[in-house]
Amino acid sequence: MSDIVAYPGTAASPQAEGHTEDNYLTHSRGIMSWLITLDHKRIGVMYLISILAAFFLGGMMALLIRTELLTPGDTIVDADTYNKLFTLHGAVMIFLFIIPGIPAAMGNFVLPIMLGAKDVAFPRLNLTSYYLYVIGAVLAVVSIVVGGVDTGWTFYTPYSTTTMYWGVYWLTFGAFILGFSSIFTGLNFIVTIHKLRPPGMDWFKMPLFLWGLYGTSVIQILATPVLGITLLLLIVERALGIGIFDPSLGGDPVLYQHFFWFYSHPAVYIMILPAMGVISELVSVFSRKHIFGYTFIAYSSIAIALLSFLVWGHHMFTSGQSGLANMIFSLLTFSVSIPSAIKVFNWLATMYKGSIHLDTPMLYALSFIFLFGLGGLTGLFLGALATSVHLHDTYFIVAHFHYVMFGGTVIAFLGALHYWWPKITGRMYNEPLGRLSALIIFVGFNMTFFPQFVMGSKGMPRRYYHYADEFTFYHVFSSIGSYIMAIGFFLIAGYLLHSMFRGRKAPANPWGAATLEWKCSSPPPHHNFDEPPQAGDPYDFSDLVYDSAIGGYVSKQNPQPAG
Amino acid sequence: MTVTALMDYAAFIIHGFIPGLNGQSPGTFWMPPQASTLAPEVDWVFYLILWICIFFFVLIVALMTWFVLHYRKREGHAEEETAHHSMALELTWTIIPLILVVLIFYFGFKTYLRMKVAPANALEIYVIGQKWNWFFQYPNGHIDEDLHLPVDTPVQLIIRSEDVTHSLFIPAFRIKMDAVPGRYTRAWVRAREEGVFPVYCAEYCGTQHSDMLADAIVHEPGLYEVWLEKASNLLNTMTPVEAGQYLVNKRCSQCHSVDGTADVGPSFLGVWGREETLADGSTSVVEENYIRESILEPSVKIAAGYENVMPSFKGKLKEEEITAIIEYLKTLKKD
Ligand code: HEC
Ligand SMILES: [Cu+2]
Ligand SMILES: [Cu+2]
Repeated sequence: MSDIVAYPGTAASPQAEGHTEDNYLTHSRGIMSWLITLDHKRIGVMYLISILAAFFLGGMMALLIRTELLTPGDTIVDADTYNKLFTLHGAVMIFLFIIPGIPAAMGNFVLPIMLGAKDVAFPRLNLTSYYLYVIGAVLAVVSIVVGGVDTGWTFYTPYSTTTMYWGVYWLTFGAFILGFSSIFTGLNFIVTIHKLRPPGMDWFKMPLFLWGLYGTSVIQILATPVLGITLLLLIVERALGIGIFDPSLGGDPVLYQHFFWFYSHPAVYIMILPAMGVISELVSVFSRKHIFGYTFIAYSSIAIALLSFLVWGHHMFTSGQSGLANMIFSLLTFSVSIPSAIKVFNWLATMYKGSIHLDTPMLYALSFIFLFGLGGLTGLFLGALATSVHLHDTYFIVAHFHYVMFGGTVIAFLGALHYWWPKITGRMYNEPLGRLSALIIFVGFNMTFFPQFVMGSKGMPRRYYHYADEFTFYHVFSSIGSYIMAIGFFLIAGYLLHSMFRGRKAPANPWGAATLEWKCSSPPPHHNFDEPPQAGDPYDFSDLVYDSAIGGYVSKQNPQPAG
Repeated sequence: MTVTALMDYAAFIIHGFIPGLNGQSPGTFWMPPQASTLAPEVDWVFYLILWICIFFFVLIVALMTWFVLHYRKREGHAEEETAHHSMALELTWTIIPLILVVLIFYFGFKTYLRMKVAPANALEIYVIGQKWNWFFQYPNGHIDEDLHLPVDTPVQLIIRSEDVTHSLFIPAFRIKMDAVPGRYTRAWVRAREEGVFPVYCAEYCGTQHSDMLADAIVHEPGLYEVWLEKASNLLNTMTPVEAGQYLVNKRCSQCHSVDGTADVGPSFLGVWGREETLADGSTSVVEENYIRESILEPSVKIAAGYENVMPSFKGKLKEEEITAIIEYLKTLKKD
């Protein structure tokens, strides 16, 4: 229980607290009321808009890349432009979209309300981290304007310290700044979760989404500084010629890879843990069933967060790293697969004997289990030494990490977006179109990335502008898939925009979820709750019944509708 | 996409899932040909994992589909309260995967050990990665652009880089090893069948990363020595101009054209005798010493309008080879 919470008392009524006409969107007006807001919800919305812009940018680059790859020779751009496209596609998607996506946009909005709190522990720090994000994003854009960066998002030395494109300064410095944004958000979430939990919510009564965010925050704080210092060393080496990584200056290029992956492998889990948290919420709510194996899921998040620090060497099996190191990293890598397997089986067990509502968010959750399942399983090929050597740096890797990061995190992000959209905007979206686009994206995704497994294992290296004729079929197939996916995304953009202006007004609790954010109106009032709500079991839905008059769920004990 | 091509793919798919059927060129649905002795072992591990993956993937998707069909929301169906946890189940799906991954680790590691250590007395070939060419140096000192090796003989590759990190990747041999500047790395292979197999660079290294290709040519018994003898004395069998043309074709053509079109570097057409404007604004006439310096110390004089990306060929071209190239460039006159 918390000693920071300002409001007194333990008033406990489970319905529609803080229901007023005034909501956070209408609370104050004018552009400045947004730009200098300390409201976590408005900061969350600003993050959401920014990361969606980044996603659009990264997605457009992906389409250009796929179009270039329609033919084995030159297609639409030259080799240098192609190299810059995949570099920026990777950097933008990872640093500007996937890492901040679920935590900073969705988490910012939802986390304090899930805790029944008025805000995060440090609202000013929260705004700071948003502006650091903006600065980082601007630097990334500057790097494009000054001629681009062609190093790959991994910035391997000595290529990155010798390439003639000096946009690399801007982009690495941008990533450095973004690191601080990420650290601040992590810090804020950890303190908020420790200190602002409401009465009745001990650690093991927290919604699993919060466990996911907590695990992620721990990694963000512990790993991101390593990336920061690595990129700074890179900049120093390039600018001042101080030999750290470049052997011609007395440095060690493999050292860079160690530093880089010491951050970037855990970063994979920064991306996936909140996604898994989202899926735990969705599967339970839309199956109308208590989550199965709560404790195992919660502990597995923490296990993943800690184990993820011990496996970075699996990115360097072919770097000349010693056989002993390879053996140890291979063994440790497999250990991370167990907590992920536990989660998948627990989600399935949750669905057992439920009443499964196939609404859009649930379709994304099912999509996630399918795609992340495939992504996770194909990781086994890459943990095993003999096969990893052959598959490393081929399209097999490209397929694998897209299945995990896109099929996992991005799909979960879409699930989260559709799930919390009514809460954020106060509007419902067009459900049939929602389901249709979820389906289109699922089909397009598999068409795009499955062929990449096959061409990878057949020997097609990654980051190739030209390729051998034998791979044409797979590349064309993959590109067609990417266009199909693009249709799905434009459809989403269309009906979400439409819903903001024309959508049906959302009830307080459209899906019948039991976590606290559904107890305040949609959209929530400025201060979230008038009184701190009493938290119960976040996965006990027995008190909720559907009221067709308002198109949402209400409490049986007190059926007065909200919102 | 023709019908026969579709049928080829169908055949590939069927073969791909049955490990026993693979082995012959042109490979299977999943894998390139097995041209080295280690390839079947690597593939065995691959198919082991593949089947484990298929088993679990089918299990997960089948359960999911079954639950969705059976328990979907509909008239007259309601959720049932079931246990919120079960230690027995949790332990089952912790321990079974744990055993399986330890097994996978073991088989992966066992084969890896054999990939790591070459048999004693292996034939040693040095491999040099340089933007954007592979060079292979044979025991007699001959440097070639392709990897030639005798069939059924262990060959130790000792790999280094002249500039940035590259990675020697020969899919048909299932080997990959980075060429790291400032150190040597090793890989070894024993080829099982004659043939020509692609060699790639797998570590991103700039503009022409995807053109940094070579062939691995596996010779029948006895023919490797014949080839090496001939290749080492190539210059003695050709006129200097022919030899120069051969060398420019092999080593310079990805950056320099001979037909007047500017590429990464200036075209060689009409280069001889041209007054070249340099990046610092001075000029220099292209004659023997200029060309020789361009080849050995390319960053000393940079032609205006071009980047300083030409690698040095110091130690990779002999003096008479440089002379041959000069003789050839003299013949490329604009008319
Ligand atoms: C990776 C691309 C690359 C390769 C391979 C390459 N060069 Fe160059 N070369 C360049 C570039 C770029 C320039 C212009 C910049 C400079 O002068 O260094 C250049 C310049 C030259 C010049 C000076 C031309 C002038 O008009 O001033 C000569 C001569 C030359 N190269 C010869 C060769 C020869 C001979 C080879 C093969 C043995 C070769 N180059 C291989 C990129 C390359
Ligand atoms: Cu990793
Ligand atoms: Cu390369």
